[in-house]
Amino acid sequence: MGRYILERLIGGIITVWFIATATFFAMHAVPGDPLMNEKAATPEIRANLARQYGLDRPLAEQYLLFLSNMAKGDFGISFTQQNRRVNDIIKDHFPVSALLGVLAITIAAAGGVVWGAITALYRNRLPDIIIMSLVILCISVPSFVFAALGQLALVGLNQWFGVSVLPVAGWGTLAHMLMPALVLGLGTMALLTRLMRSSMLDVINEDYVRTAKAKGLSKTRIFTHHQLRNAILPVVTVLGPQVAAITTGGFVVEMIFAIPGLGRYFVQAVQQLDYTVIMGTTVFYGAFLVLMVIVVDILYGFIDPRVRLR
Amino acid sequence: MTARARIPATFQTPLALMRTFLLLTFAVSFITTSNLTFASAVDAETQSASIALAQEPPQLNGMKATDQVSIQVLSHVMEGLTRYDRRGMLSPGVALRWEISDEKATFWLRDNARWSNGDPVTAHDFVFAWRTVVTPSTASEYAFILYPIKHAEAINRGERPATDLGVRALDDFTLEVELERPTAYFLKLTAFVSYFPVQEAFYQSTQGAYGADADKLLYNGAFRISNWVHSASLTMLKNERYWDRDAIFLNKLDHAYITADTRARLNLYVDDEIAFTRIDGETYKDALANKLRIRNFVTGSVFFLEFNHRTGRVTDNLNLRRALLAAFDPEEFVNRVLQMPGNLPGRSLFPVWLQGVEGKFRDEFPASERTPNIDEAKAYLEAAKKELGLDEIPPLALLVSDSPTATKQAEYLQGLYKSKLGLDIRIDVQTFKQRLAKMTAGEFDIVGAGWGPDFDDIMTFGDLFASWNLNNRGRYSNANYDEAVRTTMNATDPAIRMQAMAAVQKIVEEDVVIVPLYEQGVIYLLHPKLRGVRRTVVGGDPDFTYARVVP
Repeated sequence: MGRYILERLIGGIITVWFIATATFFAMHAVPGDPLMNEKAATPEIRANLARQYGLDRPLAEQYLLFLSNMAKGDFGISFTQQNRRVNDIIKDHFPVSALLGVLAITIAAAGGVVWGAITALYRNRLPDIIIMSLVILCISVPSFVFAALGQLALVGLNQWFGVSVLPVAGWGTLAHMLMPALVLGLGTMALLTRLMRSSMLDVINEDYVRTAKAKGLSKTRIFTHHQLRNAILPVVTVLGPQVAAITTGGFVVEMIFAIPGLGRYFVQAVQQLDYTVIMGTTVFYGAFLVLMVIVVDILYGFIDPRVRLR
Repeated sequence: MTARARIPATFQTPLALMRTFLLLTFAVSFITTSNLTFASAVDAETQSASIALAQEPPQLNGMKATDQVSIQVLSHVMEGLTRYDRRGMLSPGVALRWEISDEKATFWLRDNARWSNGDPVTAHDFVFAWRTVVTPSTASEYAFILYPIKHAEAINRGERPATDLGVRALDDFTLEVELERPTAYFLKLTAFVSYFPVQEAFYQSTQGAYGADADKLLYNGAFRISNWVHSASLTMLKNERYWDRDAIFLNKLDHAYITADTRARLNLYVDDEIAFTRIDGETYKDALANKLRIRNFVTGSVFFLEFNHRTGRVTDNLNLRRALLAAFDPEEFVNRVLQMPGNLPGRSLFPVWLQGVEGKFRDEFPASERTPNIDEAKAYLEAAKKELGLDEIPPLALLVSDSPTATKQAEYLQGLYKSKLGLDIRIDVQTFKQRLAKMTAGEFDIVGAGWGPDFDDIMTFGDLFASWNLNNRGRYSNANYDEAVRTTMNATDPAIRMQAMAAVQKIVEEDVVIVPLYEQGVIYLLHPKLRGVRRTVVGGDPDFTYARVVP
């Protein structure tokens, strides 16, 4: 087991290095000058800025410098906020995105498993049809639509009560997190529902389920101990990447609900050609994604003993 | 309470009961988990107001700040030698009085101006800040605004040491400034962010992080930042050490939300969480539907089509530019394309608010009231084709930014020139940095551009197309234009300066340097109980310094 984890970790580091390298060169290939602003700067000022950010050196040298700094865990200073370190940006804003993401994924996973199981048990009957149409809706409608509608619903709710029941936007308390987490988790919940449904249908008529029935086990016990436990495996598999996707993909939701998450920096850095923030956030998210996949693989072993033997 | 009015009387009691029940459930479940306060946008008792920022202020080191949001924040918490008062008049700030001649300026500072740590604001703090701004390694993009000070430009180019800068502290409270040349608007510059003082000892103690956090700044303005959660909120409290604190009513100005989403801000306004928000074309209709009072304000910026005047470009041809100008109708553009209140049709490089000799420049030297003339435009176009030796003008590249409004404007122009003149326009939509790169490299025929004022003098627009100006990205070059700009730069007599600028206005029009599109107006919502909010074309806007909440 220890050897297996070590192997996966080394593989992970190579993956992160590859992500960093590809992003570095792709970023420099994008046309546009990161040091250019609406008001033109004199050549002297531009040269000074270029020197401060090391942009006056050859690309290969910049790359090596970046790699050595990255190995030390230092991503440099932001181009747009010229007194803020990228490490501080990640440190300040990732916890916000992570908290929102965890809440969203909890809502999504719990909802997905429950709705998926229900649709499978009531296959082709009314509950199944209703839930599955909602699922299609949630998958096809982009999150910014739900975010805008969700916020509007909060405004309506507060107006109806005449006092502020739930905050419309902002960050700080659990009350602030509920609507954005729900909106953010909706797409994943729909995805998980579909996955859970098909995987539940595969399991529902397996031999061991029939055996359990023959043994005279109660319906509930069959459901929780035999059907659910086996059907949940594929859901856990996609959960890892989904955690990463949700934590990184919250840009629009963060914008609309005025949440100080890292997703805003991630997207705005690309628009602003903020080289250091692009590299910092991409490498950080890349490493996070890789780590999540490894964690899920290890978790898998606990749920399915056969994986451990291999 | 609009909901109640629509519901028949018989349902009111059960609904009210249900509402109370639900409310109690919510209350119980949330009070335990949160410190939920029923916030409202303004509070007369505590004199506090909440607003939203459109983005996280990128740079609160005033010596390097360039963007609107940072300048808005800094103008509330810092003060220069002079400042704009509640009526928008330039008045004494840290400086109590001054004397300005053609060669030098002397400022006598008040002895009761304090930093937020209790130290007095001294002349040395100005000397340190100004030297730092022009020091090349600071790489301040606004260094040019200090160029009227002796040797500033040479220092900024690395040709002299920063200690050569023409500014000296005669004693703690007397500041003497040598001028590079007579500068009529020097006093107005001293209210600008780049001229704010910085205490050297504190600056050094932050080790490069000056302005990065609330405790990494010293304040000498009406407010101080008490709490700054990056990208979430920025809270200002009244600065009790501010010398003019008795004139400040607000105890708390809370930038409680930071979001660029105008719809989110509208929702926050409707929910009574914020007292002020700018709205756009998209949210305008919703604000109307909510029966909100919409106010408008002319920002002082001018938007125009800038031509590429580089040799070899078809737009270097005067008759082609004349044709494009003659077919364009700014009235129609404002009414049919922009479709928002507040915008003014573009008539000149110089916006209407600029001061002239006695009154407004545009009243004293009116721009010509052109009406679109298609026949004339066609004649110009034929002349252009003959001069260029072309049967057809090749498609013209129109470079615009990737905002929805810019694209809409570009499509209108494309349709206009195709239908009226048979000219093909190829729209080139680019992101912010790429558009700038292409503008600078000259990879365009026409570019949708704009210019906002840095200071309250006609020169902030006047030198835009001088041959040496780096912002003249179309590379327009005209000896007469340059001469008129030099005259205005070196003279202090308003009559001479404005005559020269009138000549510039004429050159821009006759030589069709640009096609003025519109003077920008914005629309916004303001809480009816919040009074005294000042909108301003230069400096920090909106200005809440002298605002107060009425009961």
